[in-house]
Amino acid sequence: MKLSAYIGGIGVLGPGLADWREAAAVLSGAKPYSPAATVLTAPALLPSTERRRTGRVVKLALAVALEASSRAKIDPAGLASVFSSSGGDGHNCHELCQALALAGREVSPTRFSNSVHNAAAGYWSIATGATLESNVLCAFDASFCAGLLEAVTQVVVDGQSLLLVAYDTEYPEPINSKRPLPDAFGAALVLTPDPGPTSVARIDVALGNERPDTMEDPALESLRLSIPAARSLPLLSHLARADAGRTVLEYLDVSSIAVYVEPCR
Amino acid sequence: MKPLLLESFTATSCIGLGVAPTLESLRARRSGLRRCEFETVDIETHVGEVPGVDAVRLPKELSRFDCRNNRLAELSLRQDGFEEAVGRAASRCGRRRIGVFMGTSTAGILQTEIAYRHRDLVTGALPDSFEYSATHNSFSIADYLRRRLHLEGPAMVVSCACASSAKVFGSARRMIEAGIIDAAVVGGVDSLCLTTLYGFHSLQLSSASPCRPFDVARDGISIGEAAAFALLVPPQGTLGGDDVLLLGVGESSDAHHMSAPHPEGQGARRAMRAALLSAGLDAEAIDYINLHGTGTPSNDRSESQAVTSVFGAATPGSSTKGATGHTLGAAGALEAVISAITLRSGFMPGGVNTTRIDPMLTAHYLRENRPSPALHVLSNSFGFGGTNCSLIFGRAGARAPT
Repeated sequence: MKLSAYIGGIGVLGPGLADWREAAAVLSGAKPYSPAATVLTAPALLPSTERRRTGRVVKLALAVALEASSRAKIDPAGLASVFSSSGGDGHNCHELCQALALAGREVSPTRFSNSVHNAAAGYWSIATGATLESNVLCAFDASFCAGLLEAVTQVVVDGQSLLLVAYDTEYPEPINSKRPLPDAFGAALVLTPDPGPTSVARIDVALGNERPDTMEDPALESLRLSIPAARSLPLLSHLARADAGRTVLEYLDVSSIAVYVEPCR
Repeated sequence: MKPLLLESFTATSCIGLGVAPTLESLRARRSGLRRCEFETVDIETHVGEVPGVDAVRLPKELSRFDCRNNRLAELSLRQDGFEEAVGRAASRCGRRRIGVFMGTSTAGILQTEIAYRHRDLVTGALPDSFEYSATHNSFSIADYLRRRLHLEGPAMVVSCACASSAKVFGSARRMIEAGIIDAAVVGGVDSLCLTTLYGFHSLQLSSASPCRPFDVARDGISIGEAAAFALLVPPQGTLGGDDVLLLGVGESSDAHHMSAPHPEGQGARRAMRAALLSAGLDAEAIDYINLHGTGTPSNDRSESQAVTSVFGAATPGSSTKGATGHTLGAAGALEAVISAITLRSGFMPGGVNTTRIDPMLTAHYLRENRPSPALHVLSNSFGFGGTNCSLIFGRAGARAPT
């Protein structure tokens, strides 16, 4: 079975990359990359009671998911989803571990509810009314490709349009020293089985074991290596340049994923 | 979907290490729930703790993975010839053609909880011995198993709270149908930790006594731990009457609330209907339902309404969580294995601990074992974030040869 899907919309948010428009300008070489701290805003999608409870990871995931579905001009309520993140909400995790290390062990019920790895997916479905299947994955540094493989497989096998959201945020200390992620980076793709009016490109995905592509710009290469979701940058660069061609993405130690990109004109 | 054969399966929980003792406990209606004496926990609750986990040793070359969660996985792997069955599949299909898809909610977070008690007094740093990627990170359980079993295919963890290890069956099904892999090791592993014990307590969702699913006096869950695995392959050749097949997978989202189910169980209903559709079966074909049945007032109420709306009030079901506790991210896989045991054993397990069924709950709840064979079983798993998954398993003997 050929693993192909059409990309109907893209969302990006990361250090010095405010959205896909800016990321595309940087990744196509039209604009120099100037790294700056990732700016996250409260998700307007959520009712104010929920908005207050969300941490950085939810803000990030919802921002890129919303950008991708808006660009695809698709009502997100009708999309299935695959969320993939290496670590979930690191700040929330730290607060819980800290509370559990103290004598009283006063755990906040909201923090506990938000500690599930699928918190962002849950808030997304509540905010958009998306009732289709939603899968939430983790594959440590390979989380982007794990999500891509799961998402494309679902598009192909079930003929299902879906939203792929890959996102990672930093841990505070002391976990940050053990798992140093410098900042937040997220990328989202709307994937459809058939071409549509907003389709940017068709991608053909294959599992292999070639050496992964790197980024020419040292600052972008450093971003690619330092945040798992940014392992998507070589693919995003192809999409930004609207080049036909092949790119190889880092997956698990023994394997990689080759993506052939055919832009839609 | 195209049916998949459970070529091998095993489960380890507080009611047994492996299939035979699990079956014996179900037959004898034994609960493994005991008053909580786990670690330094000081709350009044009951837990389903697996005996002997602390004594398990991981292979030396994988010692950085050492934590309760991976020890529990190792213990389970050694039962029922599961490890050997995976080895045979690897020689048949090749190591790169077998995927590893595991469900967990908390992986080895207990290591982090303990490490936080031993931070450097001056710098606040965690101890040098603390291993993030091999214990704390959710992926650690899939990473441990693929290394332990020498598999090199796709690997990932699904972490959708308490539906995690039901949903891995869906991922495996898609990857096999897409032709990316020829077989999949699926399962779930979750182990006792302070985050879930104190977390559910803070939400007032855990009971002080052993949980009583569907009871009029039910007042919360009992947390358990388990590791359960299945080796999924496309069926080939003639199947034996006792062979168990995965026939259907249905998934949905509630889009309602982070920690409470939809009050009428709309998401649960959609998941069950999608599973029936995927299996090509009518609701009447289901002989027994292994309910999610956590024992909280709202979960059981919502599930009962959903079950009744899909199946009516006649299809028998029960929750085995009164015996095993709620094993959270491992519950889907544990109850998949219990469903397979039910299909083979010729009886439907009645729920233990439940003395008086809540008259408001209309679904047919079994309190006693029913000595009639089931040919098709549906198993429900629902989780925080409003994530739902229903699986359908069948005895190969129940199907016309294809």
